[in-house]
Amino acid sequence: MTHAAYVLTGWGVVAGSVALFTWRTLRRGRTLSRLVPEERRRWG
Amino acid sequence: MTTIAPAGTGSRATLVLGWLSLAGVAALAALGLWWSPADVVQGDSVRLMYVHVPSAILMYAGCSLCALGSLMWLRKRTDGWDTLAQASAELATLFAALTLVTGMLWGRPTWGAYWTWDARLTSTTLLFLLLVGYLALRSVPASADTRARRSAVLGLLLVPNAMIVHYSVDWWNTLHQDATVAKLDPTIDDLMLFTLFAGMVVGGVVFSWLLTHRFRVAWLQRQVDEVSLDRAIVERRAEADLAGHGSTR
Repeated sequence: MTHAAYVLTGWGVVAGSVALFTWRTLRRGRTLSRLVPEERRRWG
Repeated sequence: MTTIAPAGTGSRATLVLGWLSLAGVAALAALGLWWSPADVVQGDSVRLMYVHVPSAILMYAGCSLCALGSLMWLRKRTDGWDTLAQASAELATLFAALTLVTGMLWGRPTWGAYWTWDARLTSTTLLFLLLVGYLALRSVPASADTRARRSAVLGLLLVPNAMIVHYSVDWWNTLHQDATVAKLDPTIDDLMLFTLFAGMVVGGVVFSWLLTHRFRVAWLQRQVDEVSLDRAIVERRAEADLAGHGSTR
């Protein structure tokens, strides 16, 4: 593969950033849901 | 039938979307990094297109949803629209940053430079800074109504800025290439075109999944703020009652 370093860095940055954002969002959701009464967090 | 409240922001719909996202990303990686051919001129650096273009489209989608949420909040004044604007602005910021980074990595082997003050690159940077400003404005301490009003005004400005980014390659003489796929007869290999569309579809699924979770997190934060406010009011009233009784003795 030509330009492998650029290609793999680009794909890695995208995958890593999205994975980090997902992990942070899910963790924050779990923390916050403990503080909210059950009747206010039903997602249907 | 009673439903059990979830311990996070997940639901059956997000579970399905989450698995679809994972499968889609795996398929896209196989297509983009292996099956699709290298470009005759650009070589394998063209594989960056399959993450760069979808990132840019998701940036536009985030900006449009933020502007929609802002407009609807100004009309309806309901929390849901402001929450949508907040969640989509955060995603738009993430994908704007990824558009810039992947564009720079693609620019180095193609143009010979990571950065040039080209109209497309400069306008995208300005849009990214506007999004960062939007998120900063949301974090300024204020009442929920004031914060929503301020952010809604700024949120509406995202659409003209996104349009400037999109049309910059037509309005100015730029190094960045013109629209390739928007043409009726795009001059691109069939498998490359298929992979690019696959990237957009997978990006759309991932975006929907992330937006749903981010919206619910913002919604939970609002509930926590309301519960804290209610508790603080009850405590102040109790203190005032106690002080009132003390002064009448």
